[in-house]
Amino acid sequence: MHPELEESRLRQQMTSTNDERGPAVRLRVQAVVEERADSEIAPKAEVSGLNFFYGRLQALKDINLTFPANQVGAVIGPSGCGKSTLLRCFNRIHDLYPETRYEGKIILYPSGINLIGPETDPLEMRMRMSMVFQKPNAFPKSVFENVAFGLRLRGVKGKELEEQVEQSLRLAALWDEVKDRLKQSAYTLSGGQQQRLCIARALATDPEMLLFDEPTSALDPIATAKIEDLIFELKSKVTVIIVTHNMQQAARVSDYTAFMYLGELIEVCPTKQMFENPTNKLTEDYITGHFG
Amino acid sequence: MQDIPILEHPGVPSAGLARARRLSRLKERVIEALLFLAAFSSVAITVGIVGTLIVESTTFFAHVSFWDFITDTLWTPLFASPHFGIMPLVTGTLVTTAVALAVALPVGTVVAIYLSEFAPSTVREIIKPALELLSAVPTVVYGYFALQFMSPLLQKLIPGLPTFNMLSAGVVMGIMIIPYVSSLSEDAMRAVPMALREGAYALGANRIITALKVVYPSALSGIVASYILAISRAIGETMIVAIAAGMQPNLTLDPREPAATITAFIVQVSLGDLPHGSIGYQSIFAAGITLFIMTLAFNIIGYVLRKRFREAY
Amino acid sequence: MSDFKQIIAKRKRQDFIFNVLGIICTLVGIVTLGALLVDLLMDGAARLDWTFLTSFPSRFAERAGILSSWVGTLLIMIVTAFTAVPLGVAAGVYLEEYARKNWLTNLIEINIANLAGVPSIIYGLMALGLLVYKFRLGQSVLTGGLTLAFLILPIVIVATREALRTIPQGIRESAYALGSTKWQVVRHHLLPYSIGGTLTGIIIALSRAIGETAPLITIGALTFIAFLPAPPVQQYPPFISFDWLWSPFSVLPIQMFNWVSRPDQDFVVNAAGAGLVLIVVTLSLNAIAIVIRYRVRKRIKW
Repeated sequence: MHPELEESRLRQQMTSTNDERGPAVRLRVQAVVEERADSEIAPKAEVSGLNFFYGRLQALKDINLTFPANQVGAVIGPSGCGKSTLLRCFNRIHDLYPETRYEGKIILYPSGINLIGPETDPLEMRMRMSMVFQKPNAFPKSVFENVAFGLRLRGVKGKELEEQVEQSLRLAALWDEVKDRLKQSAYTLSGGQQQRLCIARALATDPEMLLFDEPTSALDPIATAKIEDLIFELKSKVTVIIVTHNMQQAARVSDYTAFMYLGELIEVCPTKQMFENPTNKLTEDYITGHFG
Repeated sequence: MQDIPILEHPGVPSAGLARARRLSRLKERVIEALLFLAAFSSVAITVGIVGTLIVESTTFFAHVSFWDFITDTLWTPLFASPHFGIMPLVTGTLVTTAVALAVALPVGTVVAIYLSEFAPSTVREIIKPALELLSAVPTVVYGYFALQFMSPLLQKLIPGLPTFNMLSAGVVMGIMIIPYVSSLSEDAMRAVPMALREGAYALGANRIITALKVVYPSALSGIVASYILAISRAIGETMIVAIAAGMQPNLTLDPREPAATITAFIVQVSLGDLPHGSIGYQSIFAAGITLFIMTLAFNIIGYVLRKRFREAY
Repeated sequence: MSDFKQIIAKRKRQDFIFNVLGIICTLVGIVTLGALLVDLLMDGAARLDWTFLTSFPSRFAERAGILSSWVGTLLIMIVTAFTAVPLGVAAGVYLEEYARKNWLTNLIEINIANLAGVPSIIYGLMALGLLVYKFRLGQSVLTGGLTLAFLILPIVIVATREALRTIPQGIRESAYALGSTKWQVVRHHLLPYSIGGTLTGIIIALSRAIGETAPLITIGALTFIAFLPAPPVQQYPPFISFDWLWSPFSVLPIQMFNWVSRPDQDFVVNAAGAGLVLIVVTLSLNAIAIVIRYRVRKRIKW
């Protein structure tokens, strides 16, 4: 199990009422934290001065934050705060709908491209990013073809295609469950499996960033736990942004968290700090459940 | 202030009120019965259709063997030495239908995909009713158009094409059927949830790939239902083929030749004198029941498919 | 990333090509409609004059007119409307407001769905066997009108049901809560509110009936009629006559069919003239229906 995930889980156990486990657990946490002493954090995406409009309605107001590479960043906040809107700026999916407008910049590193610049091609941005949606949206095709979809778009064929599909399914911890039914329709899988299939599909194209839009809100706790483990594993390969309305999920899975409210970014800091010691009163009220 | 009437026994309805209620209930029942009869008339009409076709056809098949009916290659019921093979009429119907479908299915599908996935909403709002006007034109006018415009036009492209041919009739019929395919297929495609499309776009797909590989397969049962409707409509069409394809029964699969469809034959015989009970009179019912069975089969398939499409969403 | 550029360029090309293809295919239908109208106008506009509209058909093309045809169409439409509208609206009301979910209702609904898909000529065959001969109604205006009424009945029923469905359930519930009987709710609330949608459907159904040829040929409508049926209103008692119901008849589309089938090209002009009248009538009716639908939608916003 990954050290940081274990650390989060242990921390949660510490806050449980079962005091007998206390001392032993505290010692283990100490050891894990020391393991993670040195880490270089380079930025992957930098959002500056981002405003977003649906027609006349301004949904995002002057957002400034940086997403470090190879880390899991969570965006939390009550319904309507703009967290999904922010996420969907990254792969320009807003461009599919009329009367949407961006202002500001999202700079992608190391290439330096402005994701939302007018000179940037949305289609190209979508080839660099991958998104997993709230409800699993597997295509009406076989398991294999779902994962292969993005690869075929990029011209991958034959043996190489088969290998990459298998690799993605393994990464998504789904291979063992589907290896005998690759040709069956994706709709024969359970909800949790379909979502992992969508994750495999998103991984297959080797994206620079993985965007998760409330990926487990439609799933049962066991499926949710599997996916959270997965997200934790993936960050060594790719930068992850996860939007979630479930604060405990953010606490379990992410390295740092951004809290949004009514289209504004209220606070962003390492997860541990946000949940133990938030700076902003609004953040603290949300975390402690005074509203939401 | 108005006088408030004081009831002798509050809470107990008076006799007059009770009788009014009974009459009212009776009136309600009568009205419901009348409305039911109106609805049931549809069943009566079906019984009338099926009954007439069966009764008159059995008289026909008393004179003509069923084997001859389906295997004879000549259809000449009004001749001195008559032949009663239905095949020439069936091939006439099938070839004109095939030509019509060769136009309507591809063009209708492309239009449906274009309107559903590509066209801006203002374009769609104008084009969709404009196309539906195509199905509002009387078919006899289409027949005129096929004979006077389409046939000469095709004769320039295909030398030696006779004036009456199945190609002109089939092409015009196909154009008339385009809205049947495009409107219903487009409705089916628009019903596919946006989330599915977003999944494809998020992987870097463009519009046409999303349309063909994700939207079209998802909407398939509604789309195929529209195809079946088009087939049924083409098989049952009368005036366009009666005017432009000629009325000579002709057992051929070549659309460049003239031929008679089942429907055109019925028209031809009806234009002449039909002594009630003659073999000529009965032959149109035999042709009619063949047509009815063909369209019934397709209508059933289409109905089942449409129910499946509605259940999916 | 440069191989991305190539792929992306190809994708954009594909989208562009399909856009063009889509527009072309859409134009196929629209251009045909235009060509049809222009062709008719060019061939027949010159022929349209008062004598054309008031003359009987004739062996001589210049003297032939559509008087008996359009009178026949008018009389047939009266019978069709008086039959199909009450029957169709009543059936629609029953199915939407009264019918319970049992096998009988299912049977009726399947029947209606099936009838909508039956070719029009089959209705003619039924009318020939049943109405003309069995019921001894003869090859008359009455038979023709009834045949077309049965043909368009499914359209009227569906239109009525759709119009009733747009009325929110809340209206019904509040009417019932005030103590109305079912019929009172229908008569005082549902029918008046749904009249726009129903009327639209009725007009479209009638415009379809006007253009129908095959079933009327089958029941024996004549193609050459040089007289008019007895007028419904007379100068002597009993002042109203129903003789016209039993009269033989012709209709406008049959007249056009007759002229277009003649090898003599002089009659083509006449056919075009008749076709223009037909198109003007059917397209105007459709336009009226669309306007009504639009007006009703604007007026009532639930």
